[in-house]
Amino acid sequence: MTVPDSVAPILSAEKISKIFPGTTALADVDFHVYPNAVNVLIGENGAGKSTLMKILSGVERPTSGRIVMEGREVTFASVRDAASKGIGIVFQELNLCPNLSIAENIFLGHPLTRGGFHLDLARQRSRARALLQRLEHDLDPDTKVGDLRIGQQQIVEIAKALSEDVRILIMDEPTSALSVSEVEVLFRVIDELKRSGVAIVYISHRLEELVRIGDFVTVLRDGRLQASARMDEIDVSWIIRQMLGTSELAARRPVQARAGREILRIEDVCLPRIGGGMTVDHVSLSIHAGEIVGIYGLLGAGRSELFECLFGARPDASGTIVLDGLDISGLSINQRIAKGLFLTPEDRQRDGLVQNLSVGRNMSLSSLGRFTRFGRITTAREGDEVARISRELQVKAPSPHTMITSLSGGNQQKVVIGKSLMTSPKVLLLDEPSRGIDIGAKAEIFRVMRELAEQGLGIIFATSDLKEVAIADRILVMSSGRITLDASSNDATDELLVSASVVGHTAHANNASTSKGSHHG
Amino acid sequence: MVDHAAIRDVAHRNGPSTTLLLILRLRTFIALALVVAFFGLMAPNFMSVANLVIVSKHVAINALLAIGMTYVILTGGIDLSVGSIVGLTGMIAGALITYGIPLPFLGVVVWPNVLETMAIVLVVGAIIGAFNGVLITQLNVAPFIATLGTLYVARGAALLLSNGATFPNLVGKPELGNEGFPILGAGTLFGIPLSIVILVVVALIAAYVAARTPFGRRVYAVGGNERAAALSGVYVNRVKLAVYVISGFCAAIAGLIVSSQLVASHPASGESFELNAIAAAVLGGTSLSGGRGTIGGTIVGAFVIGVLSDGLVMMGVSEFWQMVIKGLVIVSAVVLDQMQRTLSRRARLE
Repeated sequence: MTVPDSVAPILSAEKISKIFPGTTALADVDFHVYPNAVNVLIGENGAGKSTLMKILSGVERPTSGRIVMEGREVTFASVRDAASKGIGIVFQELNLCPNLSIAENIFLGHPLTRGGFHLDLARQRSRARALLQRLEHDLDPDTKVGDLRIGQQQIVEIAKALSEDVRILIMDEPTSALSVSEVEVLFRVIDELKRSGVAIVYISHRLEELVRIGDFVTVLRDGRLQASARMDEIDVSWIIRQMLGTSELAARRPVQARAGREILRIEDVCLPRIGGGMTVDHVSLSIHAGEIVGIYGLLGAGRSELFECLFGARPDASGTIVLDGLDISGLSINQRIAKGLFLTPEDRQRDGLVQNLSVGRNMSLSSLGRFTRFGRITTAREGDEVARISRELQVKAPSPHTMITSLSGGNQQKVVIGKSLMTSPKVLLLDEPSRGIDIGAKAEIFRVMRELAEQGLGIIFATSDLKEVAIADRILVMSSGRITLDASSNDATDELLVSASVVGHTAHANNASTSKGSHHG
Repeated sequence: MVDHAAIRDVAHRNGPSTTLLLILRLRTFIALALVVAFFGLMAPNFMSVANLVIVSKHVAINALLAIGMTYVILTGGIDLSVGSIVGLTGMIAGALITYGIPLPFLGVVVWPNVLETMAIVLVVGAIIGAFNGVLITQLNVAPFIATLGTLYVARGAALLLSNGATFPNLVGKPELGNEGFPILGAGTLFGIPLSIVILVVVALIAAYVAARTPFGRRVYAVGGNERAAALSGVYVNRVKLAVYVISGFCAAIAGLIVSSQLVASHPASGESFELNAIAAAVLGGTSLSGGRGTIGGTIVGAFVIGVLSDGLVMMGVSEFWQMVIKGLVIVSAVVLDQMQRTLSRRARLE
């Protein structure tokens, strides 16, 4: 399938190659950006999406190939240079200074001045306010960015890109931190930008989003152009096939008939919210051995907080937690690990990994006592255990001494899971286990979860992805700190899940129908 | 101090960048070899055994402080109070030998012997360290501020003990059973000065603990990512408390050695020692952001600084120039460290 040439692209990257010492990130890639359209770029992690975007936004220079913009060949010396030529980018990681105000952040690179040196604060403020209103966020431009929620910070980042006269706006995973209602606002903004003539380049892992808002699709695979097409000619399974060569995310398995003994009981777990109310609101649950329980919910539903309460990471939590017949409510994290509970946190980089340690040392960090004899770590036994777990989880690392930071996201996640397995847990809490990893690695993580459940572990995982939650035996939905649905995987339809996920926030209620409509799966 | 496996790894492959990387990894050793060779040529008596023993005795004090400092810095903290602890613990030793422990309500004075005196002083050092640790872990005071406060408090306490005077002539009296304090500073074991023997023992234990015990592993984990360490079941606060206790303890050892070498306790002794200890750790490759560094590297770093200052003195270089040179050496060490990091990242990509 090819894209018809009825519209002329505003920008064409032709035969772009980027060679880093030892690796070819991009090989002869052609990429066209069409005006008045959302140009979607898809590929697994490491397919070269980010490199291509860095080249288009002036962060990196291509090794070979050329960029043609409106018929003329251009080069970008820097991000500022690309910006002055009308290319704006919203990076995946937020690039904001938390200590500065919204207005100061927006105009950081191109301050509005009087006479070239005197900051025109009033004008910056009013321009910032106008930009925020266009994005349907009525925030005070003088608010410190550090005081904003992540979703609001994302909006500021977008306002920053729009503050200059952009003709091409690149958005790298812009929705990863947004709530459903914020995503809706973003999509409206994208629509409006599109109509006003801006070309959008949109990168995301969320396939249903892409199908919903995309006009043109380009799929990269292993640094090469795999396919490109008009969105109306294709569907999700086509995209997955192009990315992977298969259209299945994870094999759906029949629900396990046999549920073992009760392995975790939670009674009335509460976590007060600063400024009143409850982040986790009287949650009671019973989990059985051999069961995979998926907790679905939107951002801020209280899933991560519930896990942290169970794991002892929230000193102000209350309630009773009984693990395999033993009350662990008052214990420290260390003691809970010893009793057989482990949490794999949502934010791998911030909470999961010790970046200065090797793969092996990260994996053994919670089990050091097992390898210690007379106060000394027996490295041979530690090494054996690391090797065993790495084999079991198929961690792809050159050696256990490799630094953890040089692994891909999927393999880093396996190391964190490996760390939990080494403690011989009875119940595993996995918070967004597939976050930021590619589809291939996701499928492997889910396979591992199924194997562990078959060995008799209780598995609870949190996700905000409807397709992922379907691999569970039993599905819970959380909203505003409460469990709003508890159903077997067979009975839980997407409609049920979505409507349960907005119980308690009336403001979001009308989004339930739109999200439903957007979901192709 | 050096990752031997990594060096072998690097040596296997060849090329200008890998050779350069190897040189950068060994930079502290190379720096030490260079300064020793330089002063050996320029200052005629520098290589004499007698002089090398003197240099080593100077280094021992700083190296002991730097060992404790390395543990603290590995967790991402800093301990500015060690110089003052040297002064205060030295003064306490002096007071115990000069006045004993007066118990006014019983009307007697208890005279601890030399070993008891040393034990008391070491415990005091550990307690001051624990005080730092409690400020930092329980009251959430930033390490820089907490230990800066202790720097002043401990120095003030040292001055108060004698009203600013020196405790001279700490030889003890046979009738009180407290003789022998100067042996620590002047004695030898198989011809090796005791202070150096102590340094070797402490360094070996510290290096072993850092490399091969669960505690050492946890120190690196806390410095690398405190949140991840906590969620892995590491008692972060206990680890932090422990490193400040270790630092205070090491400072007390140094305090004993200093006053024993002088056979006197001076309340101002140890001033600005904390800066030399930090410099030794940084020179040896310890990262101030935590999680990276080794005891061995720190010891070599302490020797570079010690050889440099004593050598420059022997050459008759003015004190002012000495400071300039020392500063330049420290900054260059960090610049080279950054170069090494950039190069190894690039080497990993290849």
